Amino acid sequence: MANNSEVQTIKLTAKDYKSDQDVRWCPGCGDYSILAQVQRTLPDIIEKEKAKVVWVSGIGCSSRIPYYINTYGFHGIHGRAPAIATGVKVANPELDVWVATGDGDLLSIGGNHFIHTCRRNVDLKILLFNNRIYGLTKGQYSPTSEKGKITKTSPYGSVDYPFNPISLAIGSGATFVARAIDVSPKHLQEMIKRAGAHKGTAFLEIYQNCNIFNDGAFSLLTDKETKDDNILYLEHGKPMVFGKDLDKGIKLDGVKPIIVDLTTGSFTKDDILVHDEFSEEPILAMILAHITDDPAFPTPIGVFRQIQKETYDGAIASQIDFVTEKRGKGDLKKALFGANTWEVN
Amino acid sequence: MPEVKEKKIETLSDVTVRFAGDSGDGMQLAGTQFTDTTAWVGNDLSTLPDYPAEIRAPAGTLYGVSGFQLHFSSNDVNTPGDVPDVLVAMNPAALKKNLPELRPNGTIIVNTDSFDSKNLKLAKYESNPLEDDTLDGYHVHEVPITSLTKNALEDSSLSLKEVSRCKNFFALGLMYWLYNRPLEKTEEWLNIKFKNKPELAKANIIAMKSGYNFGEITEIFTTRYKVDPAKLPKGTYRNISGNEATALGFLTASVKSNLPLFLGSYPITPASDILQYLSTYKNFGVKTMQAEDEIAGITAALGAAFTGHLALTTTSGPGMALKAEAIGLAVMTELPIIIVNVQRGGPSTGLPTKTEQADLFQAVYGRNGESPVCVIAARTPRDCFYLAIEAARIALKFMTPVILLTDGYIANGSEPWRIPDIEDLPDFHKEYRTEKEGFFPYSRDENLVRPWAIPGTPGLEHRIGGLETDDITGNINYEPDNHDKMVRIRNQKIQNIANDIPELKVDGDDSGDLLVLGWGGTYGTLKDAVRLGRKKGYKVSHAHLRYINPLPKNTKDVLKSFSKVLIPEINLGQLASLIKSEFLIEVEQYNLVRGLPFKTENVLRKITELLGGNNGK
Repeated sequence: MANNSEVQTIKLTAKDYKSDQDVRWCPGCGDYSILAQVQRTLPDIIEKEKAKVVWVSGIGCSSRIPYYINTYGFHGIHGRAPAIATGVKVANPELDVWVATGDGDLLSIGGNHFIHTCRRNVDLKILLFNNRIYGLTKGQYSPTSEKGKITKTSPYGSVDYPFNPISLAIGSGATFVARAIDVSPKHLQEMIKRAGAHKGTAFLEIYQNCNIFNDGAFSLLTDKETKDDNILYLEHGKPMVFGKDLDKGIKLDGVKPIIVDLTTGSFTKDDILVHDEFSEEPILAMILAHITDDPAFPTPIGVFRQIQKETYDGAIASQIDFVTEKRGKGDLKKALFGANTWEVN
Repeated sequence: MPEVKEKKIETLSDVTVRFAGDSGDGMQLAGTQFTDTTAWVGNDLSTLPDYPAEIRAPAGTLYGVSGFQLHFSSNDVNTPGDVPDVLVAMNPAALKKNLPELRPNGTIIVNTDSFDSKNLKLAKYESNPLEDDTLDGYHVHEVPITSLTKNALEDSSLSLKEVSRCKNFFALGLMYWLYNRPLEKTEEWLNIKFKNKPELAKANIIAMKSGYNFGEITEIFTTRYKVDPAKLPKGTYRNISGNEATALGFLTASVKSNLPLFLGSYPITPASDILQYLSTYKNFGVKTMQAEDEIAGITAALGAAFTGHLALTTTSGPGMALKAEAIGLAVMTELPIIIVNVQRGGPSTGLPTKTEQADLFQAVYGRNGESPVCVIAARTPRDCFYLAIEAARIALKFMTPVILLTDGYIANGSEPWRIPDIEDLPDFHKEYRTEKEGFFPYSRDENLVRPWAIPGTPGLEHRIGGLETDDITGNINYEPDNHDKMVRIRNQKIQNIANDIPELKVDGDDSGDLLVLGWGGTYGTLKDAVRLGRKKGYKVSHAHLRYINPLPKNTKDVLKSFSKVLIPEINLGQLASLIKSEFLIEVEQYNLVRGLPFKTENVLRKITELLGGNNGK
């Protein structure tokens, strides 16, 4: 592999993060845009040398990404990227560790590692390329496919309910939870930057179009005609309004969200729910996570939640420091002797 | 008060005792204390805990019986003893379960208080064995241990339940009297253990002393026994179990290699101890991660190995099965990682607390594709220490996964260990690659070993993964010729380890009529059986493999020097298959898969059978 990096004192560019390997995704795949936004964004996020960046992945189309980014990379086995990445980060908390994964990789075979990574608040940036289909195995339904989806393994429609990845991440304790769309590059870049700047488990769900096996899965959110009525851009401190003329809003009726029309005069912007990314309580973020599943509601895009909490890797390091301070640096001879010895002369 | 008669003291060279009771009776504790004191007075010894998989099976039942066997001697001890000379039975179930194992004419100390109709029924005794002829021919000492303990503690502020739980220390005290051992080590231990509950320490000490005094006063016992110290090499000793030795071995390897240790592990019997021990060594910089599952345990360790740590995962058979894919990833990415399998009875959940040697095939072959790894196996509790260090040394030197096999028997069993001088243990520092010039992730040295370039090193950014890699560059490569080449390189690298390990040694003559070839925890039994065979005049020798893949280079020569080869294993012949296919020779087998270690007597019988009745003369 090429070793074309130097210890950088000048700011890097996207080009520095390109490896010499040919990118082998299908033409028109949403992954290209995600890769491009990652490469454009990394120079802004990473203040350290790029040698401190590690990309870890599992198996699937998305998981090929480490080969294309010229940093350290570990293409693992199916579902295990969060666990491998945890080992990397615990071994060296100085590293910036990113996980690239797909809906099958993270939520099906790797579901256990995902929830436990969130629970521990390991300082990892997890990018979920969610295309709601198994692409690399050529078109079977995934744990985020909608119920009733007809695929090669569900010719009469899948009978599985899908996961709501945002809800799962919040419920598992992820401290940064956000969503972006592959074809909205500026917004995607911003979300990647925010995830990169977060200390703790940052989960970014990226809606990614698989134009071969699930083309148009997110067309309501990407087509010019429909997107304004179907996307709710979340912004901290701003009322949740949407629609082409921003004339619709979300209001809470008890704990139940409702859509109100701002043109009738019955409601004003003051009645509308205001987004609070930093709320310690996960309730608002959960409500927003779940309106995604209701076709009557727009799909929230942006940061659902960001809170601060000690990281797992940080806690391991500080416990080592604490015990070392308290008991003194380990003495191998003492350890080998243990509590009970006797002499034979 | 009746006059106390002077008790006779008899000297014995060799004693095997077994403590048995309900799993809540504290037999493991009594056994461990007896062991520590016995080690301290200078006997050589070996122990065998035997406990049920259930934590507290219903009291009084046969399947709830927990036992602890200890063999101690003024001579060299290699096994926990075939048959106990003395059985301490705390209830009818313990008696029933252990009586068949006891030596004919053996001694039994029973807690008569527990021989009521309920417990007899639970033990499935039709009539009271203390009253019928069941125990004819044994020396039975009937002691009301529970009520004597209660009497001794009648002034105690403890609850009746707590008082009753001191009865194991009464029994222990009685055994200390019988075998003439001091109480002070256990007293010391109790005072430390119950530092914050002095009333518990006091009660147990009183119970123990009452047991001791009971032996002195009662007419039941007329003789006490003495076992002189063994002639062990000079040095400082401690008692050590296999799991403790394994943990200390890796701690030592971390210090000696100057690399931080990372352990990713999921609790599993009988391997959890290693995670528990290593989690206490934080002040050595040891990082332990109790993972969400077996797979996370090894994959996190692989991540740490990629990042330059001495990486380790510990498990037992079923967990090993779950780790198989990740071991393959370690083979493909050529990262140093150690996988410890403390074998237990299988398949599936099998016999979690029993020992077995049936994971040899799993270790050597149990992965998809051509996936060679180094496999080594410890043979005694203390050997776990040295082989843990050796596993780390090989993993680092050859950038490869190394599987270290131990088993439930040596992991939980213990023996005295002469603590080595740290200075005498080899340093094995491993350099990370930092030089940019000419760096390729899959370039190789003379042993075919690739460089270790860890994240954070400027200029050496590279990608590794589970897909087939191009030789030298490490890029993805699916070309037929490249795959064939890489399969051979990975295999040859493991074969090259044979140049770096000691030759197979023979205990006994270098040639003869029969070689008994073993591996793993059967070492002590085979050693004893072969030595007894030689005493009978047979031309029999013993060799024990610690390195299984690759085999020591002289293995073939050793095997060819004997007319016959016998391979005893606690499986259906896995090493035998491996040896047969490797060397195309005939081998004799002895296989017994009962979840228990072999008995010396049975192996000796097999040797005798193979060599005929002429005693080799």
